[in-house]
Amino acid sequence: MADGAAHDTFRIEARNWLEENCPPSMRTPMSDADVIWGGKGQVFHNPEAKLWLERMGEKGWTAPEWPREYGGGGLSRGEAAVLQQELGRIKARPPLFSFGLWMFGPALLEFGSEEQKKRFLPDIVMGRTRWCQGYSEPGAGSDLADLQTKCEDKGDHYLINGQKVWTSYANHADWIFCLVRTDTSVKHGGISFILFDMKSEGVETRPILLISGSSPFCETFFTDVKVPKDQLVGEVNGGWTIAKRLLQFERQSISASGFGASTAGAGALGPHDIAKAKIGVNSDGALADGDLRGRIAKHLMYNKAFGLTVRRSTETAKAGGDIGPTTSILKYCGAKLNQDKTELVVEALGADGLGWSGDGFDKDELDATRAMLRAKGNSIEGGTSEVNLNVIAKRVLGLREHQ
Amino acid sequence: MTFILTEDQQLLRDTAIAFARDELPISRLRDLRDQAANGVDAEARAKLAELGFFGVMIPEAHGGSDFGMVGMGQIMEAQGRTLAATPLLQTALIGASVLGLGGSDAQKDAWLGKIASGETATALALDEGAHHNPDAIATTATEDGEGYLLSGAKRFVPNGQFADLFLVVARANDGLSLFLMPKDASGLSVQSLNTLDAHGAADLTLDNVRIDASAMIGQAGEASTLIDAVLDRARIGLAAEMLGSASMAFEMTLDYLQTRKQFGQLIGSFQGLQHRAAIMFTELELLRSSVGAALSAVDTGRNDVAELASLAKARAADTLHLISNECVQMHGGIGMTDAHEAGFVLKRARVAEALYGGAGFHRDRYARLNGF
Repeated sequence: MADGAAHDTFRIEARNWLEENCPPSMRTPMSDADVIWGGKGQVFHNPEAKLWLERMGEKGWTAPEWPREYGGGGLSRGEAAVLQQELGRIKARPPLFSFGLWMFGPALLEFGSEEQKKRFLPDIVMGRTRWCQGYSEPGAGSDLADLQTKCEDKGDHYLINGQKVWTSYANHADWIFCLVRTDTSVKHGGISFILFDMKSEGVETRPILLISGSSPFCETFFTDVKVPKDQLVGEVNGGWTIAKRLLQFERQSISASGFGASTAGAGALGPHDIAKAKIGVNSDGALADGDLRGRIAKHLMYNKAFGLTVRRSTETAKAGGDIGPTTSILKYCGAKLNQDKTELVVEALGADGLGWSGDGFDKDELDATRAMLRAKGNSIEGGTSEVNLNVIAKRVLGLREHQ
Repeated sequence: MTFILTEDQQLLRDTAIAFARDELPISRLRDLRDQAANGVDAEARAKLAELGFFGVMIPEAHGGSDFGMVGMGQIMEAQGRTLAATPLLQTALIGASVLGLGGSDAQKDAWLGKIASGETATALALDEGAHHNPDAIATTATEDGEGYLLSGAKRFVPNGQFADLFLVVARANDGLSLFLMPKDASGLSVQSLNTLDAHGAADLTLDNVRIDASAMIGQAGEASTLIDAVLDRARIGLAAEMLGSASMAFEMTLDYLQTRKQFGQLIGSFQGLQHRAAIMFTELELLRSSVGAALSAVDTGRNDVAELASLAKARAADTLHLISNECVQMHGGIGMTDAHEAGFVLKRARVAEALYGGAGFHRDRYARLNGF
């Protein structure tokens, strides 16, 4: 690498610091139950997880590229990449999962006032405040800009009434970043971006039970919620620009995580490993179920081509090329891949993939079944696959709107 | 592995695309077909030689330009964009690779210069049945004094109808061997085939064809590794050509969606067609990454070339199959007429899909390489 020498000093610094500060249990593989989301309600079952978050937070390395003045690490892109490599080298767990870090913080850095950045960003870096995203409404899903949650100017405060849905972890969140309607006479130009405390009077959350048995989302109700005026971000009626930018950050974080496909049940085994174990092989070593074998091979090849496309897109970006057209396909392909993979795993498991709970099934098997069910949401959340195809057709291919 | 072209590679690509567009348009393939030329185009061959395209995988010492597989891939993609019938795959890629990877110094001296200059066109005579199967070789090579006697039959040999030198795979000493066989060898008969894609091919019959031991590549019965390496390069080169054809057919279709009106609307404004167009674009992007990775893997000597070759060829087959069908369907009635180009895409697609293994062959191979 051309910039290798310039970062040698930083690499040694980072390596030494991590060696001293990353506790031993934070260098082991983690399960969903080990994830730290931060916030006032966070319970640390492992004291080393708390220590790890505190140390990384104080260093600003939970948000390596955010400016020092807001609690971030103040690292250059190159240094942040080196830090990522060093964290990977010791297999360190991420100290914090956070919508504040992935979505809200980056948007606030671009659109927030100086006072708002100083007030909110440091607590995100330290994992002290857990944020949720108030976007979708019962009548505004794919057509997000049709949102109706009302926000009235009452002189010294705003008054909010309405309902959000699919609010991820709203029942665990301390604060919400929320899209509200401040003008009913225009669609996109009547939306504002506002922040408030989830403990405010008039806020109620109800978890939604999914087909997978988990409840990662809530219905969220606002009845006469009073919000101080200095908590509106950007201009009144200027929220749609911020909303779209934040969606870009969201899609980036979804694509980068691959929907957690790597940890989606049945350990780290691929569908072909499971199928071999559960179904058996012919004398030539080929999986005995020829039809399933062909479908698994097709899936693995699609997965490989997808990985190569992510790499090509990264390389093209580094070389200064236009990656818009290539990245537009990642969300669509990523959802399809994770759905195909989790379905193939359940099919390969046979009866062992058809349990719901209790004795008679391994934890990995139960997780795999639930992962298949949960994955159905991948082509709905963060923009449905159909909306993604619309975006490719119109913005990349230049096809026109129907008149 | 890298997906970014160097300045020289980019220049080669631009030259190849402009050349194919200006000198070898689809209308030229149509003319060849109408003249019943069976894919023989001496004028095109001379121009390709002039540009030095036959020597891109040959070292400078032997008269080539040593651009490697990535360079070759750019030229193959360019010729795929116009469905051009040329000797490049069989000669510049396969012939140069057989001799470059397996030839003795004397064999290299004798042939590489002639390949690079375009003087000698080669053709790989491998498959014998209806389906690609490098393990099912029945042609025999029997020791006879200072040489070998070859007997057997070869099916659907691309460029076989005009090749000057055949690269014949035959069984000897319980293994596979490769022999250089001139077209006028006694006992060799060449039956020209009028093929679906108008590129032509030939069936060969070998009746005790005598080959001198000096015309054997490597040791008797030990050519399997060489054949695998050459076939993987051929599959990757063919996948690059198919990427070009699929891209061209997609652009042609997209253009039609933006011009053709029905019900007072551009048909490209209908969501039913928009989503299918978006899916084709997605498949093309995945194919471009697969081909780029495979081309680059050959040049950097990676150990997963076989896996990447099967990935590229299978994805190329699936993608070109889809796009060649959609190209006809979205053009509607005009797409069914011989006057339109869509039919030429479809016909070339089916031949390229099957050559050196279709999607099924390569998915099976990919599974095997991954242990299941």
